[in-house]
Amino acid sequence: MMMERTAAKQDQRTNVNTIGLSKADYRGRPSTLCQGCGHNSIANQIINACYEASVSPEHLIKLSGIGCSSKSPAYFMSRSHGFNSLHGRMPPIATGALMANRELKAIGVSGDGDTASIGIGHFIHMLRRNVPMVYIIENNGVYGLTKGQFSATADKGQVLKTGINPFMPVDLCLEALAANCGFIARSFAGDPKQVKELIKAALSYRGTAVLDIISPCVTFNNRDESTKSYTWGKQHEDPLHDVTWVPVRDEISLDYEPGEVKDVEMHDGSRLRLKKLDQDYDPTSRSEAMRMLDKAYQEHILVTGLIYFNKAQPSLQETEQMIDEPLIALGADVARPNHAQFDDLLASFR
Amino acid sequence: MSDSHPNLNVNQAQASVVNDFSMIVATVNGSGSQTANLALMRSFFRMGIPTSGKNLFPSNIQGLPTWFIIRTNPNGFTARREKHNILIAMNQETVQSDLDALEPGAVIYYADHLTVDLREDVTSYPIPVRDLLRTVKPPREYRDYISNMAYVGVVAAMLGIPRQELQEALETHFQGRMKPVEMNMGMIDAAMDWAVQNLQKKDPFAVSVMDHDEGRIMIDGNTAAALGSIFGGITFSGWYPITPASSLAEQLQYYLAEMRIDPDTGKRTYAVVQAEDELAAVGMAIGAGWAGARSMTSTSGPGICLMSELVGLAYAAEIPVVIWDVQRMGPSTGLPTRTSQGDILFIRYLGHGDTNQVMLLPGSVKECFEFGWRAFDVAELLQTPVFVLSDLDLGMNVWVTEDFEYPDEPIQRGKVLSAEDLERLGSFGRYRDVDGDAIPYRTLPGTDNPMAGYFTRGTGHDEDAIYSEDPDEWELNMERLTRKYERARELVPAPILEVEGNGADIGIISYGSTDVAIQEAVALLQEQGLEVDYLRLRAIPFSTDVTDFVELHARCYVVEMNTDGQMRQLLQLETPACASRLRSLCKNDGLPLAATWIAERLLAVEGRG
Repeated sequence: MMMERTAAKQDQRTNVNTIGLSKADYRGRPSTLCQGCGHNSIANQIINACYEASVSPEHLIKLSGIGCSSKSPAYFMSRSHGFNSLHGRMPPIATGALMANRELKAIGVSGDGDTASIGIGHFIHMLRRNVPMVYIIENNGVYGLTKGQFSATADKGQVLKTGINPFMPVDLCLEALAANCGFIARSFAGDPKQVKELIKAALSYRGTAVLDIISPCVTFNNRDESTKSYTWGKQHEDPLHDVTWVPVRDEISLDYEPGEVKDVEMHDGSRLRLKKLDQDYDPTSRSEAMRMLDKAYQEHILVTGLIYFNKAQPSLQETEQMIDEPLIALGADVARPNHAQFDDLLASFR
Repeated sequence: MSDSHPNLNVNQAQASVVNDFSMIVATVNGSGSQTANLALMRSFFRMGIPTSGKNLFPSNIQGLPTWFIIRTNPNGFTARREKHNILIAMNQETVQSDLDALEPGAVIYYADHLTVDLREDVTSYPIPVRDLLRTVKPPREYRDYISNMAYVGVVAAMLGIPRQELQEALETHFQGRMKPVEMNMGMIDAAMDWAVQNLQKKDPFAVSVMDHDEGRIMIDGNTAAALGSIFGGITFSGWYPITPASSLAEQLQYYLAEMRIDPDTGKRTYAVVQAEDELAAVGMAIGAGWAGARSMTSTSGPGICLMSELVGLAYAAEIPVVIWDVQRMGPSTGLPTRTSQGDILFIRYLGHGDTNQVMLLPGSVKECFEFGWRAFDVAELLQTPVFVLSDLDLGMNVWVTEDFEYPDEPIQRGKVLSAEDLERLGSFGRYRDVDGDAIPYRTLPGTDNPMAGYFTRGTGHDEDAIYSEDPDEWELNMERLTRKYERARELVPAPILEVEGNGADIGIISYGSTDVAIQEAVALLQEQGLEVDYLRLRAIPFSTDVTDFVELHARCYVVEMNTDGQMRQLLQLETPACASRLRSLCKNDGLPLAATWIAERLLAVEGRG
């Protein structure tokens, strides 16, 4: 634990990370969301995660749909290209951008209305294709920007100004698992360290990494009995493990005792170190993940941590057998076939 | 053997109608007649006879009636004809009505197991399809396909198509795979032999070699569009299957795999993704365009409906993307396998709020190729969606067209700033009108300069792309977008004055696949002593030539395949002072336009009919 922080300590001394950037280089514009909104906390952890993981802001794109959550990409990393798209439509926009330039990293920020309702089709198909991006759902169970309607992740029986919700919620981690997503985590905006470590790990994953982060809406849905409230989250959070992301450059082994720790290795060689709490949970088993999520769903427990992990699946760019260099870097000589090819082509239609 | 047929049953001296007929082949959908029909059409093409082929097919996989119309004409007029002179009847369900619709003096070839009341004024030839099948004995799984070659062989013998032309047509069709060629030729030979021995030529129709194949190819518009896109340097396409646009994306994939594989790694220098719906298809294309790809999607009217939301975003955020609309008959599901030009007004203003879309209007398969590459340049130069409006007739039917021309301009990427540019300039604002031409500069994600990043959004923004609800900022931006649309007039293909009549005060304005029918109609009108000028539009917004043309003519007839006179309405908005000079000649029955309809209609409204 101690030695793992060596690199970070060094950074603090010089106030820059390994690519020479300071925390300020990762900042965004001032937030216009409500004070105390869980989304602001998540935006801050995105900044921290990208800073600590030395992600180049110029080589990252940040995307969103529509809603309170989708405003938040403006509040982190102003040096990155951002794309605030349309309600539920961020996955296709991200897919196109990442196919055009496979060297880009991408963070998508969505909400429960964006992902679980209007955009659930795109969400499922993004996962099915394994588009390489970090996909964060800032999940508060309510439509905030339109002032307090139920979303598809609202609890059954939940009371809002509009009445009582009669429907069971959509569990986005279960949906992701069904869609064969290879990186599924759940967290709580009130647990900034876990949020940050999971984002760092997700950035190292070559595929869609889904982070369903319960992010209380302080204005419309922070009643104590709501599963999307701070009080409920604090009382019912049941971490599967203590998570720490270990960067690839950090060669030094950590001082965990054997038997307590499980490492999952990311595509770039970095690891997510899971420190066992009181339960013995294996995040590489799909059936175990399904069983655990279903149990938590029935028992109303907020299980957090890395729920499922599978590194073996090819990304969309790999599936499509694309060249390693970004398509946008193609020279005109490659992009436009030559005269000889043109003549052969015409001859085939005579 | 049949090579030695000294052409067959045709005594050229007797044949009084040479290379001038409309042949309709009536079959059952799914019976595999396309190979047979294309073999006939390709033979005419290879003989140098001006020809066209039109597939009238149902929205069905198997069982419903389908027709294939082949027209030949020595003067090069190949639009659909309303009446036909040669019927090949292979479908019991339609044989009688198809026969009844023939012109007097026509010919019917019919499978001899069909029940039909023959007409005395129509020459009839039975074809013993089942007997021939028993003789040829094709493998069971190919029986249906091979049986169609019976009519190819008999018709070839009676019209005078040399066996060699059919052989070569099939070799082209099967791309050199000899086994299917031989199997099909087996039936053709048997049928030709049978016809030579058993049929007496009684009709006047015949074919004879011309030179109309020189400098020409035979290809459908969707393939042409796909190839044009490839020569435009396409890097990304997102698409979703829909009739009649699917083959555009499929051909794109086929030819990209031929021409755009990296020789060193064997990997693709492109990406084509079949999306989950049209929203995703255009969303992916927009995301790729934003990131710097030469990006496109292809669809038809119903797909455009779904795309309208994201197209509005691309318009507002100024993202280049090319969208092909292979138009089919609407509204709603309409007639999915029939042609129309009904999406003009819809696309012109596609999106809520004030939106002005740029539209290219190819009038031939050759222009499908040309606009295929040009559309990317226009989209990137203007930083906006560019629509290319083809239609089912142009897109799915096979046409004889002039050789394509290799792009005569280098690939144009528009105003894109590199990291070095930013360093030199010292500042960057995504929507600043630096050059005063209403077109701003953009940067691509991944540009290695801290100034490069900006935030793309459909919401209100200032010149630096920062969220803004400021009334002045909003109006400033909308005013710039209006000026940008004006710029488009100079960048899109100009209209073409196709026909300059002798002092005509009547103008015809048209666009798209109607061109071939109008060219013929103009000749028919001239025969009647009516001179007209004909202007073919090739893009929206219009150039000033269009206004000039309208002002020069007392009456302008806008010929189009929709019900409401959509282009006429746009032209009236463009030339309010001349609005009363613009009149509609609309036909919207799902079939490609016929020249006789245009000529008769125009003569009638001119009081000369």
